[in-house]
Amino acid sequence: MEKWENNRAWFLVLPVFVVVAFSAIIPLMTVVNYSIQDIFGPGNAVFVGTEWFEEMLTDSRLHDALGRQFIFSGLVLLIEIPLGILIALAMPKKGWGVSASLITLAIPLLIPWNVIGTIWIIFTRPDIGLFGVGINSLNLLDVPFDHTARPSFAWITLMAMEVWHWTPLVALLCYAGLRAIPEAYYQAAKIDGASAWSVFRYIQLPKMRGVLTIAVLLRWMDSFLIYAEPFALTGGGPGNSTTFLSIYLVKLATGQFDLGPAAAFSLIYFLIVLLFSFIFYQALLNVGKGEKIA
Amino acid sequence: MGLQLENLDKLVGREIYLKDIRLDLASGSRHVILGRTLAGKTTLLRILAGLDKPTHGRILVDGRDLTGVSVRKRSVAMVYQQFINYPSLTVFDNIASPLKLAGISKQEIDARVRRTAAMLHIDNLLDRMPAELSGGQQQRTAIARALVKETQLLLLDEPLVNLDYKLREELRVELQQIFKQRDAIVVYTTTEPAEALMLGGNIVVMDEGRILQAGPTAQVYRHPSNARVAEIFSDPPINFVHGHVRDRQAWFGRGISLPLTGQLAGLAEGEYTFGVRCNHLFLKASSPEDIEIRASVELSEINGSETFIHVSYDDQKLVVQDDGIHQLKLGREIPVYVNPCHFFVFDEQGRLAAAPDQACHSNL
Amino acid sequence: MARIEMQEVAHSYHGNSQNLEDYALKRIHMTWEDGGAYALLGPSGCGKTTLLNIISGLLAPSQGAVLYNGKDVTALPPEKRNIAQVFQFPVLYDTMTVADNLAFPLRNRGVAPDAVRERVLEVADMLDLGTVLNKKAAGLTADAKQKISLGRGLVRSDVAAILFDEPLTVIDPHLKWQLRRKLKEIHEQARMTMIYVTHDQVEAMTFADQIVVMYEGEVVQIGSPEALYERPQHKFVGYFIGSPGMNFMACKAEGAIAHVNGAAIALDAALAEAARKASGKLEIGIRPMHLEVHDTPMADAVPAAVTFVEDHGNCRIVTLALDGQTLRARIPEGQTVPGDKAWLRFPPQWTRLFADERLVA
Repeated sequence: MEKWENNRAWFLVLPVFVVVAFSAIIPLMTVVNYSIQDIFGPGNAVFVGTEWFEEMLTDSRLHDALGRQFIFSGLVLLIEIPLGILIALAMPKKGWGVSASLITLAIPLLIPWNVIGTIWIIFTRPDIGLFGVGINSLNLLDVPFDHTARPSFAWITLMAMEVWHWTPLVALLCYAGLRAIPEAYYQAAKIDGASAWSVFRYIQLPKMRGVLTIAVLLRWMDSFLIYAEPFALTGGGPGNSTTFLSIYLVKLATGQFDLGPAAAFSLIYFLIVLLFSFIFYQALLNVGKGEKIA
Repeated sequence: MGLQLENLDKLVGREIYLKDIRLDLASGSRHVILGRTLAGKTTLLRILAGLDKPTHGRILVDGRDLTGVSVRKRSVAMVYQQFINYPSLTVFDNIASPLKLAGISKQEIDARVRRTAAMLHIDNLLDRMPAELSGGQQQRTAIARALVKETQLLLLDEPLVNLDYKLREELRVELQQIFKQRDAIVVYTTTEPAEALMLGGNIVVMDEGRILQAGPTAQVYRHPSNARVAEIFSDPPINFVHGHVRDRQAWFGRGISLPLTGQLAGLAEGEYTFGVRCNHLFLKASSPEDIEIRASVELSEINGSETFIHVSYDDQKLVVQDDGIHQLKLGREIPVYVNPCHFFVFDEQGRLAAAPDQACHSNL
Repeated sequence: MARIEMQEVAHSYHGNSQNLEDYALKRIHMTWEDGGAYALLGPSGCGKTTLLNIISGLLAPSQGAVLYNGKDVTALPPEKRNIAQVFQFPVLYDTMTVADNLAFPLRNRGVAPDAVRERVLEVADMLDLGTVLNKKAAGLTADAKQKISLGRGLVRSDVAAILFDEPLTVIDPHLKWQLRRKLKEIHEQARMTMIYVTHDQVEAMTFADQIVVMYEGEVVQIGSPEALYERPQHKFVGYFIGSPGMNFMACKAEGAIAHVNGAAIALDAALAEAARKASGKLEIGIRPMHLEVHDTPMADAVPAAVTFVEDHGNCRIVTLALDGQTLRARIPEGQTVPGDKAWLRFPPQWTRLFADERLVA
């Protein structure tokens, strides 16, 4: 009697559990394993408890990398979200312009990450790059522009690369959000005599909240995990100026082969990303909700 | 086949969706489930279809327990409020889909699809896609798909509610004739008393997950077992006036009294609610027994061929049906007449104490 | 408040086309009088929303002019026309409170805060929104949301007209009549020009003093509910108004007799005269309520067969076959329905004659 055919649906979900177990849970447990032991070789490991965690949490180079990481990801959100919204608002609503602008926006998203690095390195080179040669010929800077020359130059190049690469994603998401607003809202706003700013503030922005949540989360997580671009550009330099968390982690794990601390570091890193994603998610979900009486 | 529902309950969390449902659906019978929104009509249909399982109780088909048997193993077809069709299939393929699954020969499918489409007047649209159809045509397609399979149980969940009223009018008449030709058990839910009356057969009046009354439609209409049934089975809602019986007289309103004659003769002393359907309130007196009430107009609502005049009398709202189309000014004072032989009387528990005699109607 | 004139307005969504088929609105030439309660009634796709958008200025007509109080506003956008419009589905500013939503059209026009406050309270009171004024609009039920939309339409007391586009679609059936009543009351008090678009005859006839019936891009009749019911100017009005719609039968007139296939229906002098003058396809029309059904033969009555009886509770609808034509009659509760043979009488005062679908008598 109690056997209901829908129970069979669980079997269909089983493969997903298997895949997730192999792709996420088992590797993660390996990392956990490394983070609490000192492993000298196969069968030769010593339990160290929280030692690696303590070491990493008090590591000043990690603190510096974390600081850089926050500034970088913060700047990414501050530039890409408003810029993406502006691009989405400026995009045509109908006609051939729609497909043209969609394709143009999609191009940066389709380029592999190492190619992006190469493109920008060449683009900004002071000897042959269009940008590098161009800016130097203007003689505005006290030193010739070279992304390896100064931390600020490296940051500017990196930021330009990041913005160029990922703002289209934000713009596309916002555009989709804008297109989903029924025409009646704009008509009602016209009849209510609303200004363009009011239309943005009270119709477009609230209606884009869902897609903006996704955009902020994606850009936050992705920029917090950035590795390829600084690696390709300067490998973390000049000095340590673009050594972000993942670059430092890779140096630690594969450069110095400190597997224990690196594993502890990975877990801390993972938890930070998780924590901030959760905070953003909650914050954006609650914007404009509830009955806060002004 | 015959279908019995034995003491069905459906609980979702702590909420009662259905309570103590007992029904006996004989082979080939037609049943209209009438109730307001959230009365439990759709829940009951889903259980009948096998889409949901009751929390307690059993469903017996010809004496065999079918509770919990998958919908795919039952001989059942269902039509929904929304026009549900396969968007990527033509009308023909939509109607043919249940037959294709059953593995019927091509010629047979073709013949049956065309016959069913002709019955619903969509035989000229068979090559179209659902998106190219009007709402009425989409619902006709969905109904045709339900009819083509000759199932033993045909369920329709407010199938006409999303159509324009003119289409509703046409489809109602057609459906009624189609149902007559089938030997399936038809269960049809609606919120509209007029629809229930038109479809005839048997009626099941539901409210808050319970069955209030079941029986032949005309009989339930003329003898609602309690005040709530009378309310649900009248559109606009039946007019209620509170009153009491004392000294061989019925008293109500602002000092109106009546001798206890006709159907009122057997009433004992006590508090009662008097109910009268709006088509038994008139703007002109038609017999010497008529009582006159002076009421003020709140709104004239014009419905097809009738005007419903909402009036207020003694802080009570009454609705008067006037044949033809007439607009009355808001706030105007008008006389309203009623013949006491049209009164339903309900006791303090809301149970029917007296109903109009059949003779009352022919006296007019 | 204003008198709105439509002069030779026509609209095609395909630009200025030569093909009449392309026109969503064929030729509209009419006046909406100041302070009137109008309904614009028609089936879906008849052009009523197009016409409404032309009045409000959301759409510029391909041809013709729109005048407010004699002033040509054809080229003006809605915000310059001083008009209010309520849409089919609730359109709300989700992040604002109910009060801010109501105040929005006033604030945009620079009305003083005190006046805004007073007017918002007044409108909220009118629509029973007083208790939710400080709540965010997003969390409310569909009917409360639509009431806010209505309120935003009503909040400006100086508008030329308020346009309603099927405003009660999302309202629960048993609340509908209260809102209809509310709108009617508001109209009686404020005497603003109101135009109410709907495909529902009940809504149109309950709300409006004058109903504009549209069919396939044209206005086929403007009249009071009584006039539409009793003297439909076009076959479509006869069919669309009334439930069931009017009966129509093709006929040939000979003197004072209309021949419907084999049956002869007597006409009075006025009908006979109109039939003589009329040209084109002649049809006789009568409302189911006005068709007399008798169970015994009588003078002027034609025999018919009863094919079907539907019990509606308060009346019965009888389907009759008269020489191959199908007729429907509405018989009140008390009256008996003949078994299988009936005699039909067409009372001359309720019998109508149509030539090429237009009323002639």
